[in-house]
Order: sequence, then C-alpha cells, then structure tokens
Amino acid sequence: MTTMTEARTIQAYRVYIRATPEAIWTAITDPEWTSRYGYAGRVEYDLRPGGAYRALSSEPMRAAGAPEVAVDGEVIEADPPRRLVQTWRMVMDPGLAAEGFTRLTHEIEPLADGVTKLTITHDLTDTPGYRALVAGELEDRGAGGGWPWVLSGLKTLLETGASLTH
Amino acid sequence: MEDDDLVFRALANPARRFLLDLLFERDGRTLAELESELEMTRIGAMKHLRVLEDAGLLVTQRSGREKRHFLNPVPIRLIHDRWIDKYRERRVSALVHLKSELETKG
Repeated sequence: MTTMTEARTIQAYRVYIRATPEAIWTAITDPEWTSRYGYAGRVEYDLRPGGAYRALSSEPMRAAGAPEVAVDGEVIEADPPRRLVQTWRMVMDPGLAAEGFTRLTHEIEPLADGVTKLTITHDLTDTPGYRALVAGELEDRGAGGGWPWVLSGLKTLLETGASLTH
Repeated sequence: MEDDDLVFRALANPARRFLLDLLFERDGRTLAELESELEMTRIGAMKHLRVLEDAGLLVTQRSGREKRHFLNPVPIRLIHDRWIDKYRERRVSALVHLKSELETKG
C-alpha cells in the first residue's frame, strides 16, 4: 500500500494547555477568542451537523485586499467540549479553493492537574497547496505559520492572556 | 521535567533527529517503516520513538492494525515563538499574495 512516493495525506498536531476543555472549545469556536490568536479572523460556527462554518479575514488581511471569507466548510459533528469534526476549504485564493473540501478534526481531552490535550487531525489528501499552507511552509511568503503557529498562539493566549498576533 | 527540557533532551540525539527528518519527508509512517531506515533493533527504535512522543514531538494514531507516527512541530514552534520570534518584527501579510508566490514557485 505504501510506496516511497506516497504523498503526505494526513497531518496531526498536538498541544498541551493549562486550561479547561470548555475554555479551549470556546477559544476555537467563539469569534471574540479566535480574533486574538493565529490568523486572528473571526469565526462563525453553526455547531450542529450540517451547520455552516466560516472563518473571516482579519482586519489587516482585509486591508491588504483579502476577501471577507478566508475559509468555509460545514460542521459534521459537534460534541462540546470534546470533539469537533468539520469540512474545511480555504477560499481566499481561487487556485487553492479549487483543491476543495478537506476534513478537520479537533479532539479535546482533559488530563490530570488541569492540563488538557488538544489534537488536530487534518486530512489533506490530494490537496498539496493546503498541505504546505497549514504546515506553515509558506510563512516566509506572508501566509502565516499554519497549525503549529495557531496552536502555539492558542496555548499562549489561554495560559498567559497574551496575544502573539498583532 | 519542564516541557522545554523534554524537547531539548529529545532533540539532543542524532537518531531521534533522523527519525523526525524521516517523518518530515513523509509523515504517517509505521514502526516497521521507520525501523527499516535505522541501523538498530526494533526495541532501540521504539525507545527513541517513546522519547520523542513524551516530548510531544510525535503524535501517534491507530489506523486499523497499524500505528502511524506523525511529526508534531508544535513544541518546537512554542520554543521558537517564545525565544526567537520576539526579536523579529513579524507581520502576517496573510494569504493575499499567496497565489503569485505559488505560481512563481512553479
């Protein structure tokens, strides 16, 4: 099944955060929080199966000419504060948007001592542009640092109240 | 041990850095696939993978009967953002210019 040329199809990212699962869930799904870390765009989630998802461009991004909606998709499964499964398509750029919908899963698991494990699994099969983007490989081109950067900012915000994004 | 200590300790070994390089090249490999690239026993490879996982540099996921290993760069990113990035003016000009960049990349 696997060969030397097999494309990378899934990316998995994990971070441990000193915060409750509820706080992490809120930081992922509430626009007041999503505007404070990572790409800093407000999100709109209709948190039920089939519900719409949109991540909007931040103010600086829009000032630079970005469209209103950066990412869109649909909620597949919402089980607050533990599990969120959705589709995800970057629509900011027409070329990338053509790669279509991917599947994104957030899993939130409380551990001991007030630490919570957050795992992101992003199925990026047949989407080479997205793969580079969300892995942070295009950061030098001004495309942000992808999931590692987003999760780093999320942890810093929840643990210290400080935003890495300006 | 502090999280950062675990990361630095995990990285302070050439075999473990090689394992991360392998996963950077192609993610989601099984133990057998990783082991075949190393000149060591399965037990030795498992030990190194365990250290990497404890440091948060690996995420493993079950896929049927197999356990797949994924490179998790978030701990390195955290160190980067905390120790290095503060010295550098950085601005996300976002994805606006991405299209042309991708095109020139060919």
